[in-house]
Amino acid sequence: MASKNLIEIKDVSFSYGKRLILSGINMTIAQGQVVALMGISGSGKTTLLRLIGGVMRPTSGEVWVNGVCTNDLDQAGLYQLRRQMGMLFQFGALFTDLSVFDNVAFQLREHTQLPEAMIRDLVMMKLHAVGLRGAHQLMPAALSGGMARRVALARAIALDPMLMLYDEPFTGLDPISLGAIAQLVRQFNDTLGTTSLLVTHDVAEALDVVDDVYYLADGKMLAHGSPQAMRAHTNPVVRQFVYGEIDGPVAAQYPVGDFATALKLRKQCAA
Amino acid sequence: MQRSMLDLWVGLFVIAGLAALVVLAFKVGNMSSTGAGETYSLQANFDNIGGLKPRAPVKSAGVVVGRVTRIEFNNDRFTAKVTLTINKAVQFPKDSTAAILTSGLLGEQYVGIDGGGDGEMFKAGDNIRLTQSAVVLEKLISQFMFDKAAQGQPNAQK
Amino acid sequence: MLHRLSSSVSALGAQVIDMVLRLGYATRFMLLTLRQSTTCLMRPSLIVRELYYTGTLSMVIILVSGLFVGMVLALQGYQTLVTYGSESVLGVLVALSLVRELGPVIAALLFASRAGSAMTAEIGLMKATEQLAAMEMMAVDPIARVVAPRFWAGLLSMPLLAALFSAMGIFGGYIVGVVLIGVDEGSFWSQMQSAVDVREDILNGVIKSVVFGIAITWIALFEGYDAPPTAEGVSGATTRTVVTSSLAVLGLDFILTSFMFRGV
Repeated sequence: MASKNLIEIKDVSFSYGKRLILSGINMTIAQGQVVALMGISGSGKTTLLRLIGGVMRPTSGEVWVNGVCTNDLDQAGLYQLRRQMGMLFQFGALFTDLSVFDNVAFQLREHTQLPEAMIRDLVMMKLHAVGLRGAHQLMPAALSGGMARRVALARAIALDPMLMLYDEPFTGLDPISLGAIAQLVRQFNDTLGTTSLLVTHDVAEALDVVDDVYYLADGKMLAHGSPQAMRAHTNPVVRQFVYGEIDGPVAAQYPVGDFATALKLRKQCAA
Repeated sequence: MQRSMLDLWVGLFVIAGLAALVVLAFKVGNMSSTGAGETYSLQANFDNIGGLKPRAPVKSAGVVVGRVTRIEFNNDRFTAKVTLTINKAVQFPKDSTAAILTSGLLGEQYVGIDGGGDGEMFKAGDNIRLTQSAVVLEKLISQFMFDKAAQGQPNAQK
Repeated sequence: MLHRLSSSVSALGAQVIDMVLRLGYATRFMLLTLRQSTTCLMRPSLIVRELYYTGTLSMVIILVSGLFVGMVLALQGYQTLVTYGSESVLGVLVALSLVRELGPVIAALLFASRAGSAMTAEIGLMKATEQLAAMEMMAVDPIARVVAPRFWAGLLSMPLLAALFSAMGIFGGYIVGVVLIGVDEGSFWSQMQSAVDVREDILNGVIKSVVFGIAITWIALFEGYDAPPTAEGVSGATTRTVVTSSLAVLGLDFILTSFMFRGV
């Protein structure tokens, strides 16, 4: 059974004004895979995620999702595409004026004509899957970070999407919630048959759950391979990232002149 | 908040607002000028309309029977041509007089119609021939001074 | 020095151009809101929910302010009118001032500071916490779902609030004028009735309040939607809403008054 490529990114570049954020990106994600997109802050990961979601158009190149090129889609076409996608935002982005139940039920109420009784059953199922069925009456303000993230996950999978996009799902979570989310990501992918793309810089958790890793640096795709391949990678930039070394090819200090000279401890030396 | 409670409060708000509008319309304002009912128009020419303005009331025996709708200058006769819109239920004889009067001492000016005795009534678009202009203060003063001077003269002549 | 002068002039020019661009963006935003209104017009429950927040919750401040303004008008008006022996027209003074001007304008200013700033802050925060982006990703247009219902709710509440203000004010004027000071009750109401014209005064007041409602809601929604997604951004947008809509209300009031009450 040949797995179709759900996402194909062909030679995509993106500039915001004069700043070149992404250049020459090539990616393929097969159906059913869990793929991690890694890189340090500011490497362009979130931008790439937005291009896949159709929020922005690439300056050049093509983005293909499920056999449709997002470049040509109009508003209606984009919305049609997004019905089949689910996105988990960095801090959950729950609707603060709705309860947990109403948040998860949002997509069901907006996009389907299902009767309330059926919606209730579906919402409870999703909440049970993330372990928060008892919290359905609470308002988002009453939830902890980890709980809010899990509710947002339940909301994102409410329509059983074929593609799940995760924007930094592990940021700012305690180790227990971290493990729970990571496990849920893998579980949903396998049971619902979705494809998942994780944007993260949480190396340890990600490498445990994903099938494939892409590493972005300075807007270019620097490395690509399985988690084992990444752990054994020879590129010093990749090694520094994977093993969390403080100083390496990526400098710890923001580029600036010599500090001793700035403190006027010694005169500026001719190089 | 529960859906039904929300609807209740919003409903109360809308009812209160509409009630306020209705109270303003009926108790505070006067509805007679909304032109309910049929009307016909008459013309009248005045030498001087004084401070008469459009939408001033037209009264007969002190009761409002219509409104002034237009004021124009008649260049042929150098008079003011005033168009009056009168309630259709009110009819005036052909020899009625129209005068420009002031309500109170310093109040607004209005057109007062005194009913005549003619058997025939005005038809729509007719012209009221007998008119009395507004009292102009300067002319009144000069008239008074002229009379006073004339009074003094015979005494001086004696 | 000449260089500094020229740079400040060019900065001013840049600011003016920026304002024009912003106005163009705001107009496009409003047209988009109107076009996307079909969703909420077919689902009135969305508008009803917003009506609660813009209208019902504003009722208390509107009624209390209206009462006090009416009472003050009667108090001050009486002082002046009694010197000319015309205290019987106190009712006319209170009613005309409220229905023509103070009702629509003060209700609009209160609405701008209460409901307008709330709308801006809410939408700005929704933008900052990525709720609008989340809605977009769930294939729900935030303008149709969030902005349009608030626009129609604001437009509907404004004339109702202005009418409530005027009615309450006249009642306050009655309490002070007739009950407390002792102006004749009959002449209070009869003079008022003969002087206040439904078409001229009340209808014009309603038209004014609708125009104010559109202006305030437009400004409030746009500032919120356009706010930078930071704490300073949202607070700056909220302040701008109150200031800009207050100025707009006063400016529009002058324009509308000069059209409506010409030569009366």
